[in-house]
Parts: sequence; C-alpha cells; structure tokens
Amino acid sequence: MNNSDLAPVLIRAVQEADSSERLVDAVQELAAAGIEESVPTLIAALGYNNPGAAVAAVDGLIAIGEPAVSPLLELIDDYNYGARAWALRALAGIGDVRALNTLLEAAKTDFSLSVRRAAARGLGTLRWHQVPPEKLESIQTQVLEALLLIAQDPEWVVRYAAVTSLETLAIAIAVTLPDQASRITNQLQHMLDTDVDLGVRTRVKFAQQKIQPPQHQEAFAPGIPGIKLQETEVAHRGDSRR
Amino acid sequence: MNSSPQKFEDLSPTDDNGDGGSLTVEQAIANLESADLGLRFYAAWWLGRFRISEPAAVTGLIKALEDEADRTPEGGYPLRRNAARALGKLSDRQAVSPLIACLDCSDFYVREAAAQSLEMLGDPVCIPALIKLLVVGLQGEQLCSQQPDLSQPYEAILEALGTLRATEVIPLVKPFLEHPIELVQYAAARAMYQLTQEPAYGERLVKALAGERLQLRRAVLADLGAIGYLPAADAIAQTLAENSLKLISLKGLLEHQVNHITPITLPEGAIKVINLMDSLL
Repeated sequence: MNNSDLAPVLIRAVQEADSSERLVDAVQELAAAGIEESVPTLIAALGYNNPGAAVAAVDGLIAIGEPAVSPLLELIDDYNYGARAWALRALAGIGDVRALNTLLEAAKTDFSLSVRRAAARGLGTLRWHQVPPEKLESIQTQVLEALLLIAQDPEWVVRYAAVTSLETLAIAIAVTLPDQASRITNQLQHMLDTDVDLGVRTRVKFAQQKIQPPQHQEAFAPGIPGIKLQETEVAHRGDSRR
Repeated sequence: MNSSPQKFEDLSPTDDNGDGGSLTVEQAIANLESADLGLRFYAAWWLGRFRISEPAAVTGLIKALEDEADRTPEGGYPLRRNAARALGKLSDRQAVSPLIACLDCSDFYVREAAAQSLEMLGDPVCIPALIKLLVVGLQGEQLCSQQPDLSQPYEAILEALGTLRATEVIPLVKPFLEHPIELVQYAAARAMYQLTQEPAYGERLVKALAGERLQLRRAVLADLGAIGYLPAADAIAQTLAENSLKLISLKGLLEHQVNHITPITLPEGAIKVINLMDSLL
C-alpha cells in the first residue's frame, strides 16, 4: 500500500478506536506514517482528553512540520484549553515563524497556564532563518519584550519556560542585537536573586552557564567578552516530545 | 515550602487563574463568621489558596476547626475540612495542636485534612497522634483482617509519617505495602523510601507509573516528586499523563538535587532532569 491508500485506513482506525489504549495505538500509527492528509485527524486527537494520544499526535504534527502549521493555526480550539496547549506545543516544536502572533498572544494573555507555558517555550524555538533579514531585528525585539514580561508570570512553570526561551534568544541575538543582550542577562540575574521558586532559579543558573560558558573557554577566545555563540539545543523536529 | 509535597488538589491539571479574587483579606477573615455558611466555607478555602498567613486569619481558621454550624446530612463538617486544609498552607505552628485534636474528629475528611496539613507544617510533635490512627489498621505488625479497611485516612497518615522522618514507625508502615487499595500501597512505599532511602521502594513507585489507570499514575507522579527519587526521571517523562503533572514531579527531583548544596556547577543529575523538563514544556 502506498501512502494515499494507507491514510484512510489509519484515519478510520483512529475514528473507530473504542478504548483508550486502542486510541493511543491508532494515533501512534497514524502519526508514524507522517502523511499530510492526517493533519486534521491528528489535530482532533489533541482534544480527546487522552494524554497518550495527544503526545503521539504532537509528535506526528511536528514530524509533518510546515504543512501542519496553517491547519494548526486555523483549528486551534478556543474552548478547550487542553487541546490548545497541545496545539501550541506542536507549533513550538515546528518552530515556524507564521505562528509568531499566536504564540505571543497566547504566552501573554491565555488564562491557562499550560497554554502560556507551551507558548513561552515556542517563542524560544522559532527558526530565525525564515525571517526576512530586514525584519529580523524588529521581530526579535518584539519577542524579547514579550519574554521579559512572561518571565514575571505568577506560575513557576511559565517563568521556567520563559527562561528556556531567554536562553536561546540570548544566543541568537548575540549576532543580530548585541546591544540588547544585557537585558537578558540582567533579567536572568534578577530571577536568580529573587525568584521564589528553587526549580526556576536552578533553570536560570543552567541558562546562565549556557549563555556564558565557564571561564576556561575564555582562554581560547580572548577578547570576546560577554555572550558567545554556541550550539543551541532548541527542540528540533523529530525530537522526542514526551 | 518549595520541597514540601503539595496537596493533590494543587497538582490537578485544571488551570486556575485565581478566580474569586474579588474578596479582600479583611472580608475573607470576617466571612469566617458570616451567617451564610457558604461564605464561611469559601472564605476558609480562599485564605488557604492565597496563603493569607496574617494572625487574624490563622486565629479565625483555628476557631473554625471547632465549628458546629456547618454539617452535611452524613454528619460531616465541611467548614472544619476547609479550615484544616487551609492551615496546612499557612506555615503557622500555632495550628499544630488544634490540628492534632482534629485527628480525633468523627469526620474522616477532617482527619485526612488534618494529617495532610500536619505533614505540611512539619512539626514532629504530631507523630504519636498519627501513629495512634495508623495502628487502628493493624493487628500487631499485620494489617487487620477486615479488608479493605477504609476507616482511617491511611494514605495521608503514611505520607505524613514519611515526610516527618518518623523512623521509629518503619515496622508499622511496612504492612501497608500490602494494603488492598493501591493508593495506600504507594503511600507506604513513599514513606518507606523516605524512612529507609532504600531504592527498592522508589522502584516500586516507578513500576506503578506503567500501571493502567491514569488516576493512579497521577498519584505516583506526585509521590516521586515528593521523595525526589532521581532514578525515576526517565520513567516520569515517559509515563502517559499530563505534562503539567510530569513537570511538577520532575521539579521535585530537580529541587532535591540542588536543595542541600549551593553548587557552583549543577550536578549531572540536575542537568539530566532539566533537559527532560525542557522537552515537556
């Protein structure tokens, strides 16, 4: 069977699954096939209130990548925050900049902490090379402003997610907006000194070490103070999202 | 209170943006004595939710532990339950003795809330009273023969004794590993790990993460986070449950890794947990 024959069979299996385990299995199989036609079915699976199925569907949507972005943006469920959080996780995993406004809006204003968390993470996984060079500075500035705000969220997990994104943004803007970099390092230091949550402070410490590796590396690159480029560890397509 | 185990209600995936915020602190304290029983009940919850630890709030809540006005048809005491739960969140030692007295209340849920709050307050003075309730379920060093015995909030009692490091109760905790109710077994395994640090008890919880029922997996996530059992990290990240709960559980592991030391560089275990947490955001 080629993919075009397979799709309806796998989609039907999801629709006809009559137990929680069968649903997980069916969504996993559909997700593994990586067929574009499966996107609406995978998106629907985000709303079944079945974490196993949702994890599999997010994996599948991330693997499909760019073709899933428009349908995700169109079908984001305004009435089911569980499904919305998973959809934002999928968008964060894909990293497509078309999701920017949705991510900014959700990270700043959604009432659900799991939606804000996923969106805050997504702001740090954007694929900057998709942005036209003339717009890069203004968009990165916009994301920076948003993250500095989100880093003050009342929920620890949203602040934690914001820290992961400040980390990757710090590395990205070391080239494009070096004069803004201190705003990130200042914010991180402020959080290390004042955040009430030990888990968040620990993540901040880790971010600081990634942005500014320990001194011994300095010896190899004298004269480059402050932020240095290093390999980012942003979630890429196909990463395990479990 | 970073490392103290949280109540399951706080772990629920239901997002909560602090609704009911229209009350003021003064109103809430005054409402504890309102003629409207519904307002009293809500005020007690509200004071705990927003951790209002002013002396007047603590005094009002302690008084509410002896409320007689608010009764369920079965004889339960709704206001006492909420007051007991709230006092656990306010970190005021004045509540310890009144909560110990609640362990004798006729209402199961008041006893359960009192045990949970005594655990959160962390004062070992309550240990003998907790033991007294625990032994109701025992004949000598075995579970009593009438099973399942649901007469006492064993889960909460076991968790409290573990957190309070009541090592003298190990022989009394151990039989509950065989309790017919799985949640009680897990509470016993959690306490045994806290009391002995033996990995076998942590592993028992890890194994439970592969169980069939979501409700039980959620409970085990909370247990593993509370004991900070690092070898569970991958299993936590992989179990089928909401990411919110996995993240809270892993945060427990992370904080356990960095709690007792101020490291210049993060320990390897902490970095492993951070990477798992990042992948779940």
